[in-house]
Amino acid sequence: MSASAEARPAGAVETAAAVRSGARRARDVVAAALARIATYEGEIHCFNTVTGDAALVAANRIDAAVAAGHDPGPLAGVPIALKDNLCTRGVPTTAGSRILEGWLPPYDATVVGAVEAAGAVVVGKTNLDEFAMGSSTENSAFGPTHNPWDLNRVPGGSSGGSAAAVAAGFVPLALGSDTGGSVRQPASLCGVVGVKPTYGLVSRYGLIAFASSLDQVGPFAASVADAAALLDVVAGHDPADSTSLDVAPEPVASHLDDGVAGLRVGVISDFLVDASPSCVAAVREAAEVLAAAGAVVEEVAIPALMLGLSAYYLVAPAEASSNLARYDGVRYGLRVDGADVSRMNGRSRSAGFGPEVKRRIMLGTYVLSAGYYDAYYGQAQRVRTLVAHGFADAYERFDVLIGPTSPTVAFEIGAKTQDPLAMYLSDLYTIPTNLAGHPAMSVPFSLSAGLPVGVQVLAPALGEGPMFRAAAVIEHGADPGARGPIEPRSAGAAR
Amino acid sequence: MPELTASFSRDDVVYVAQLARLDLERGEVDLYAAQLASILDHVAAVTSLDTTDVPATAHPLELANVLRPDTPGPTLDRAEVLAQAPLVEGGRFRVPPILGEAP
Amino acid sequence: MTVDASGGARWEIVVGLEVHCELSTATKLFCSCPNAFGAEPNTNVCPVCLGLPGSLPVLNARAVEYAVRIGTALGSRVVPSVFHRKNYFYPDMPKDYQISQYDEPINVGGRVELADGSLIGIVRAHLEEDTGKTTHVGGGGRIHDADYSLVDYNRAGVPLVEIVSAPDIRSAEQARSYVNELRAILVATGASDGRMEEGSLRIDANVSVRPAGAGEYGTRCEVKNLNSLRSLGRAIDYEAARQIGIIEAGGAVVQETRHWNEDEGRTSPLRSKEEAFDYRYFTEPDLVPLAPPAEEVAAVAAGLGPMPAARRRRLGDLVAADGLPAPADQLATVVGLGLDDLVLAAVDDGADPRLALTRAANEAANRPSEARALDPVAFAELVKLEAAGRLSATQSKTVLAAMLEDGGEPQQIAARLGFEALGEAELGASIDAVLAAHPDEWARYRAGDAKVAQFLLGAVMRATRGRANGKAVAAALETRRT
Repeated sequence: MSASAEARPAGAVETAAAVRSGARRARDVVAAALARIATYEGEIHCFNTVTGDAALVAANRIDAAVAAGHDPGPLAGVPIALKDNLCTRGVPTTAGSRILEGWLPPYDATVVGAVEAAGAVVVGKTNLDEFAMGSSTENSAFGPTHNPWDLNRVPGGSSGGSAAAVAAGFVPLALGSDTGGSVRQPASLCGVVGVKPTYGLVSRYGLIAFASSLDQVGPFAASVADAAALLDVVAGHDPADSTSLDVAPEPVASHLDDGVAGLRVGVISDFLVDASPSCVAAVREAAEVLAAAGAVVEEVAIPALMLGLSAYYLVAPAEASSNLARYDGVRYGLRVDGADVSRMNGRSRSAGFGPEVKRRIMLGTYVLSAGYYDAYYGQAQRVRTLVAHGFADAYERFDVLIGPTSPTVAFEIGAKTQDPLAMYLSDLYTIPTNLAGHPAMSVPFSLSAGLPVGVQVLAPALGEGPMFRAAAVIEHGADPGARGPIEPRSAGAAR
Repeated sequence: MPELTASFSRDDVVYVAQLARLDLERGEVDLYAAQLASILDHVAAVTSLDTTDVPATAHPLELANVLRPDTPGPTLDRAEVLAQAPLVEGGRFRVPPILGEAP
Repeated sequence: MTVDASGGARWEIVVGLEVHCELSTATKLFCSCPNAFGAEPNTNVCPVCLGLPGSLPVLNARAVEYAVRIGTALGSRVVPSVFHRKNYFYPDMPKDYQISQYDEPINVGGRVELADGSLIGIVRAHLEEDTGKTTHVGGGGRIHDADYSLVDYNRAGVPLVEIVSAPDIRSAEQARSYVNELRAILVATGASDGRMEEGSLRIDANVSVRPAGAGEYGTRCEVKNLNSLRSLGRAIDYEAARQIGIIEAGGAVVQETRHWNEDEGRTSPLRSKEEAFDYRYFTEPDLVPLAPPAEEVAAVAAGLGPMPAARRRRLGDLVAADGLPAPADQLATVVGLGLDDLVLAAVDDGADPRLALTRAANEAANRPSEARALDPVAFAELVKLEAAGRLSATQSKTVLAAMLEDGGEPQQIAARLGFEALGEAELGASIDAVLAAHPDEWARYRAGDAKVAQFLLGAVMRATRGRANGKAVAAALETRRT
């Protein structure tokens, strides 16, 4: 087995079919993934934990099931990586933070159970911005993840590790979480597909909470079809999550190739104003691809969406400040002792949380404070309604919307860490979707100076069907060189 | 209770840090104050918007009455839970002295 | 009730009570861990009630039903409600926030009618989760001098309904009466076992004073750590006196939370080193709103039996049918102990209501559990025997005690104890003997002195060793006079 160029994996759907038919052994698939990880992980740092032994055991079980004639599941033998804010029983789950370093959850997140029941094989926990707060994965307490397209650049965030793992060909599938764009933006920067489902479509039970009314678990894959397959496995009602929609969702994968004839597509003009030229160009080209396939494409202005960023940076930190209070050194996680319990809390949290988390906790505490609640948090929740109304008006005239995912391509590590606000602007086009609870996804489309540019497709709540159909068409018209998996590249190699 | 200012002063940082149980070094307080003031300025644009008659969205969903039956379910194995605890004694979580009663 | 303070000024005590009531559900409010007392520490826990990262709450349907029962029993309006997070740090709080209800609680308004007929308003009754339990080690087990503390989360997440009264209570005694009545109501709904000693009922008191007749309220203090009705009463009296003392000395009462020290018999300010708590309430994003459908609320209301006040009234009306009022204390005792069904069933079987009530309140009440298990027909039989004069009052009480101890039929027990009614001849002979022994008293009685009748009656009772029936003796005396 050559150490320098471990074969890039086949897609998930293809792999599962091969394993189910017995044409390939799950054990070989997983071993190949682990070998590739062993080769390149040092340069990229996708993973906080690689669960190699357990993965091989799981793979053997899949093979045994196939041999015995049992159904091993729709994702049989497919290696999958899980963002390290998804609880995995007995496997370290850090949320990218020192405060949970070494913590072993005593339970699995619902989506973890779902992917394992579907036969997928978990190979590791991926790196993230601490507690999912960030847009570059540079806020991880365990060091940044590097973008496989240019190792000097960020993979985006907060699910940078998952995006990079798919982009580098470590795994065909990964799960991340998206609160303000944390699946879609790294997907765009890494040239992979990333989906934020309708709020409530995928269970949050076992997802370490950042902002409860915005968080959703979302799939990463190298293709739209693979992303659909993974979404279909994790979507569905969960009685353990009170905010879970009580629907039996129509599988997205079955209608992927129905095309877009007659589909009404709106190009969000507000998003084209400040995005970089290559990002704007990608959207315009994607619009043409859709039109050529029979969609009816028009520009639409939704000015309310531009209020989203401000509302988000009031609502999300507020919810986070409360969600992160439990990390107090009492029951689990880092404890730094103190003369009394309050001092112990203060020391533990100071030692355990990084600066971005502290900033957001303080900001959130402030906006919820007596006297400030209505002007800030209350107001932000009303602005949220304005954003939802803006979308609702647009969706009377359009079935889906498109726009850039990110204002820029991947930036250099360290380029934005000095200015929190500059970093926040990365999420300008993704945030409104979370505020409204709608689905959206990023599809790799083109390259700009060798770096991937994704196009975002947005849909109304439970509009995954038309959203994926549009994404599939865009994918067909995209530059095949603009998507992963790829061999990791050092700086400048891509050009 | 100290009056919070509308622009994230040093005192505001000290107040919220205490509420949120974050020990800050002296130098950090000024740094965070500057950063938070700048962020607040940027996002405070929303505070001047006219949102009369606009209802708040506490939730993107329209769900109500999500309930579960009153049937006992599995509990965690205590050993597994306590194994993750920083300090235990007699099956309980041990903490330093608590000053002040619960509210 | 006003208190005479030094100098002759008259004061009014104003008290509002917050009562936290644990619900008798099988599982906790937001998870399916057992809601059970006395288990080994930290064995009834799960990711949700431990507040582990990633956990989420799901509301217990029966807890909602019980909350609706309580609201209905209190005469509240059951309304759509939401949950809020109350944020503060404390080691017994697994999430360092409590899921509670803030400004949109499930039950709004209501009132409690006390045994004496007075009404105490209810402001609201809402659902919230309980905290874990801390034990303090070192320093005598009290929080202030402890070396460290230990936390058990078995109780964390247990469902509570917090009932907030209006500041309508005017004395320590009325406060106790309110708690007793509230407890009886809670037990009657089946939603709680109402045991203060076990912690299923916890009380905080808001106490203030004002000059009698004043319109405005004085500054109030919250008093915590009231573990019994006795503590409640003592604490209110102490706190009211303390506040009056301050005001009369020219000072002003400081609004603060105070801790009742049962051993020392006083309240002291809580040593909370931190800021006044800024709870930063916001709508709980992990839960959705609650709106019990009207039909369900109506069904709950219809399924509730009568509350204690109604039961007192029902029994009282029955007894008062003879034209005289029913003794309020007897009604309160019988209903309070759940013996009214016994009395009603006995009356149904032909027993005299007033006598049945009296025997239930004065005798059966001494052994309430056994009394509740009494066969109503047997009890009725006993009352009938006494009413017919076949048993004296004394004999009847003795038979009843035997029935409570070992069960059995009153006739058989009476026979076994040799309680036969005095035959007329024997009674006549005893009366003759007594009258002969007390000629002066007999003369006074013949002359119309009613008071001496009691003396003569007592003498006959002694002579017959209680076997005579009082009414029969009085009748016989009257007959001889004329």
